[in-house]
Parts: sequence; structure tokens; C-alpha cells
Amino acid sequence: MIRRTLLATAAAGLTLAFGAPAIAQDTTKACFVYVGPIGDGGWTYQHHQGALALKEEYGDKVEIAYQESVPEGADAERVITQMALSGCNIIFTTSFGYMDPTNNVAAKFPDVKFEHATGYKREHPNVSTYNARFYEGRAVVGHIAGKMTQTNKIGYIGSFPIPEVIMGINSYYHHAKLANPEVELVVTWAYTWFDPAKEADAARAMLDQGVDVITAHTDSTAPLAEIAKEGGSAWGFGQASDMAAFTTNDDGTPGPRIASIIDEWSPYYIKRVGALMDGTYEQIDSWAGMPEGEVVIGTMNDAIPDDVKAEAQAMIDAITAGEYHPFTGPMNKQDGSAWLAEGETADDGTLLGMDFYVEGITGDIPN
Amino acid sequence: MIRLEKRPQPSRAWTVATPILAVILTMIFGGIMFSLIGTSPFEAIRTIFWDPLFHPQFAAFSRPQLLVKAGPLILIAIGLSIGFRAGIWNIGAEGQYIIGAICGAAAGLALYPMESALILPLMIVAGALGGWAWAMIPALLKVRFGTNEILVSLMLVYVAENLLASVSSGILRNPEGMGFPGSRNLSQWSSSQNLELIPNTGMHLGVLTAFIAVILAYVLLTRHIQGYNIRLTGEAPRAAKFAGVSPARTILFCLGTAGVLAGMAGLFEVTGPAGQVSIDFGSGYGFTAIIVAFLGRLHPVGILLAGLLMALTYIGGELAQLMLGVPGASIQLFQGMLLFFLLGVDVLTNYRVRFGASEVA
Repeated sequence: MIRRTLLATAAAGLTLAFGAPAIAQDTTKACFVYVGPIGDGGWTYQHHQGALALKEEYGDKVEIAYQESVPEGADAERVITQMALSGCNIIFTTSFGYMDPTNNVAAKFPDVKFEHATGYKREHPNVSTYNARFYEGRAVVGHIAGKMTQTNKIGYIGSFPIPEVIMGINSYYHHAKLANPEVELVVTWAYTWFDPAKEADAARAMLDQGVDVITAHTDSTAPLAEIAKEGGSAWGFGQASDMAAFTTNDDGTPGPRIASIIDEWSPYYIKRVGALMDGTYEQIDSWAGMPEGEVVIGTMNDAIPDDVKAEAQAMIDAITAGEYHPFTGPMNKQDGSAWLAEGETADDGTLLGMDFYVEGITGDIPN
Repeated sequence: MIRLEKRPQPSRAWTVATPILAVILTMIFGGIMFSLIGTSPFEAIRTIFWDPLFHPQFAAFSRPQLLVKAGPLILIAIGLSIGFRAGIWNIGAEGQYIIGAICGAAAGLALYPMESALILPLMIVAGALGGWAWAMIPALLKVRFGTNEILVSLMLVYVAENLLASVSSGILRNPEGMGFPGSRNLSQWSSSQNLELIPNTGMHLGVLTAFIAVILAYVLLTRHIQGYNIRLTGEAPRAAKFAGVSPARTILFCLGTAGVLAGMAGLFEVTGPAGQVSIDFGSGYGFTAIIVAFLGRLHPVGILLAGLLMALTYIGGELAQLMLGVPGASIQLFQGMLLFFLLGVDVLTNYRVRFGASEVA
């Protein structure tokens, strides 16, 4: 037994030193690490839809494997290592908290490709990162919110005060304000990505303050369920996934979900695995949006008047065609200082590190 | 008619046999479940129990990982079991684990980027003190005001989780982290990293500490007057009082020990396998350790084995998901079955099963 252990240990050392054992390549194995269950109806569900689309696209040439509900702490590195050992050729780690584990494992398996969603560390040549320009979607729903509100109070359920979320808040508010100069924004921080009870509480608190259009930066459908209790006097949006179940009420009237921002990962997964198969794969830092089909606005329901639908569609078309950038000046920072001049657009670096509100938003960003 | 008759003394034979019986029952019923969802039951069970130990491709990696996964579970469970023996129900080890990690990490990060061999020991002490202090809240409230430690320690878990989210996106946030929540990576800073002591064995300081804790707990409970007092308090509180055992001191000792061990477990995780203080750092070890403590029958050696068994089902379950594509929920169900049968067949240890008509009352 002791000798066996020693031999196995030596073998482990060799495997770790020289990367995954070479496996005859008839099929490409793409593996996915998910932070939630594939049935969460939001973030993980959409990544899994992307994985299924990948399989659909390439059929027998691609094999997919995945693991659900992998915690972002100590377990992630082990799970990713086991995937690399099992012969995965490319591993997509689909949550921010997998950033360091992904890079650590990548160092040990130079022949395996690693793709980390929403992170910024590419410490090894075999690590790429990818994200989507969700603020493009926020611009469209912001416009709709500005037009739909009766009380001139719109709400945003924030998860954590990070650049990604602040970018979304600014884009949402800016476009609501362009559509309706009277609009006021209420931001509530839930300090969670997924906690239906807290999300519902946040929505309830805003509804009680007279907010009547709410968008969420958290993953569950609980805010929509809470908005539905208002019986048609308040509205919300699907987040990450279409959340189509809330489009129409049981009695046929328009439901609380008047549109949605859908994360569509399939174009990216198909492109990257395709590149790996035909030998054109390179390390990249991808930040794509509506033009590439990675950010999609779900069907607008009949609560939205036709002219507003048309305006929203025009904005979608302009962003998709690359004619309009949601952060186009003139825009000032919250303190009144100038940020973007007339016609100037924000650069990606500023957006990715965004730590300020735009002019007109009241309240401070927590610490 | 089946009757249960209480044994005068727990059966020694069944004490040994019930865990094996439970594993066999789990394999049978788990196998039925796997075949119902269209997976070969033999393959599934082999993947869960056998492959982490002996699969040619994985075992070399996953065998050391068993220790990494079991280490914190054992360390926390040992601390909890001492209290449980005395009838002191600390349900809040998860909070003590989180606070230990926060305090230890904060002590280290305050000195960043200094390099010194003393930093990790300092962090360990700070982590232990943090866990201890968090456990002292329910302890002192119980001693002073007679509050219920189950409720207070559990509620403090949620406080700790919110503190964790706050420091991750606040004072401990990595200044070079582009505004994202999460501290600097402690396993990548040479002064704070808790590496494997011997490469490819999984033995890091936390695992070593867990083994030492098992030995010390065994000595304490079987050879030391304090251990005797603890057992007496749990089994016969009134007798303990007459014997002059101070309930207050027992409460402070038991909760304090649990807090210290949980805090150290948190610190070893945050400087090693987890690497950083982040919002999702607490992944339920403190709660799983309660199961491990009872699975191990509150005995140090039992806890050691129970911790390894739990780790095996986690890692084997991951392999089953990866290799066989079974859903994550089926693995949790399978683990649930194992616990259910382990606790359920325990009845055979304390009771005799009698067939036939019951005697007239």
C-alpha cells in the first residue's frame, strides 16, 4: 500500500509537470464549471444553453461535460484540475470567483485551454477571458423604464458595488433620463447575486417608496414575482435569462416582465471551440455585446406602447450596427465635473474600472 | 410484530458493523436511484467510492485532495464534538470559521508586502483568536444571561456572512483588483501561503493541525480530568454540579475550544486552498462539520474516519458528475442517503430487534 502510494505520487508529479496526458483527438472535449444549478433560470441556465448550442452546432465532433453548483472557494481549483485530468481540451469557468483557481490550474496544464468568464487575469498563454457588454442592454431597458414610469421613480437592485454593476446603473439611468427628464433613480444594494428572499425584500422596499419600474442586477425571478403583486401598476425586466414565464399573467393581461436582457453565450462558445478545432485558436480578452449577438433584448410585451417599442428597437438596431455607444457625451460625473464631451464615447478602460455615478443620481456608492 | 428492546449497554459488535451496513444500504438504494435516472448503478458507485482512491488517471491527484477536503471538516468537528459531549450545542462553527479567516487575513494583510517567516504564525494566532472571540459571544451570553447558545451561535453565522461580504468589498479588498470584491491572494504571497508540507500529499498545516487535534482530543476525553468533567456534564449534569464542576467554566472551555479550532480551520483555508477572502469564502464547512461530528459518534477517531468518508463522497460525487454526467442534485441525494442510513441503523447499536407478539402489558 505504501509503495503504491509513492508510485502514484510520483505519477502525479509527472502529470502535473508535463500537462495532461496526450489523448488521441477524434473529438474535442469542452467542459464547463457552473456556479449554480443548470435550472437556476438565470446566469448558469444561460451558460448551459450556450453549452447545449455548442453541442448542437458541432454534433459528434464535440463532447461536452459540466459540473453544477461548484462553490467559488477552495473547491473550484480541485474541480477544474479534475476536468483537466479527465481529458477536457477547453474548460470554461463561468463565474468571477473562479479567476485565481483557473489561472493556478492553467499553469499546470499548458496544453489545455482555459476560458474564464468576467475576470481580468490572464497569467498564462492558455488563459483567455470573456465577458459581455451588458450595459448595452441596460441602455435599452433604461429607455423603456423612463417612458413607462408614471411616478417618475425607477429602481435598480444592485448586487455588489463593483464596476460591472455601476456601469449598468449609469447606463440605465442615463437612458431613462434622456427619455424622461423628470426621472429619479432609487438604488438598493442586495449584497448577493442570488437570494430570492433578499431580492424580493429589495423590490418590496422600492415599490413601497413609489418606484414603479425596477430592473435587477441579481439572478433570481423573485423581484418579478414581487412586482406582479402590484397587479399591473409596476413593471420589471427579465435579467440574464428571458424569464418569459412573467410575460403574461394567467388572465391574459401583460405580466410584470415587459422586456428582458438575455446573456447569449452560444456565439462565443461556438466561435472559440470552432477555432480550437481548426487550429486558429489564440489567447484573447473578449468583450462583445449586441453586434456579436451576445447581449439580446427579449420580446417586449404589450404593456409597452407601440411607439416606445419602436424607439427601443431603433436603439437596439443602432447599437447592433455599431452606430451608437450607450456612453456618448455630453455626460458629467455625479459631482458635476465633465466626463465625456459632446459626441465623445467612453473608452473600455474607464468602463471596466467605473467607480463613479453619472450626474443626476443621488446617493453614494457604498465604500 | 417487530419490537425494539433497549439493550442494557450499546452493542460493541453493532457499533462496528452499523457504518458498514449503512454504506451497503446506501449503495443499494443509491444504485436504484442511479439506474432510475439512466446511469449504470455499478459504474456510478464505483466512480464515487473507488475512483477517487484508485482510478489510474485521477487517483494520484484526488487521493491527496481527500486530506485537503477532510482537514477543515475534521478540525472543526473535533472542536464541536467536545461541546456536544457536554451538551453544549454550538451550531455556529461556520461563523467562527469565517471570522477566523477574516481576522487572520487582516493581521497578515496589514503587514503586506513585508516578507517574514513570522507572518504566517501571527496570522494563525489571529485566526484562532478571531474564532475564539466569536464563540465567546454565545458563551458569555449563556453564562451571564442564560441565553440559548444554539440560537445565538446560529444567528451569528449570518452576521459573520454579512461581515465577510462587507470586508471583501471594503477594507480587505485587493487594491489592485480593479474594484472587484475579494482580498489579495494569500496563497500567492510567500509570507502567508500555507503550502503542502510534502509535495503532492495534500498535507498542509491545516491537515497536520487536524491530526494533532484528533490526538489531543482523544487524550483530553480519555485521560484528562477536564475531559471527564465534560463527559460528566453531558451525561449527568446534576452529578457534575455535585462533583464541583463549574457549568460556566465548562461552557467557556467548550465553546472557546470550538471557536479556536474553527477559526484556525478558516485561516488555513484562506491561506491555502481558498487563497483569498471573498464573498463566497464560507462554503458551509461549519455546518458539514456538525454532520461529521455526529457521523463520527463524537469520538475523535470516529470523526477522523467520518471526515475522510465525507470528503470521499464529495470528490467521488464530483467525478461522477464529470465522467457520467449525473446531475449535481443526485449526488446530494446520495450523500443524504448515506447520512440517513448511518444515523438510522444506529438504532441497532442501542436496541435489540425482537420478532413475535409483544408481552401483555
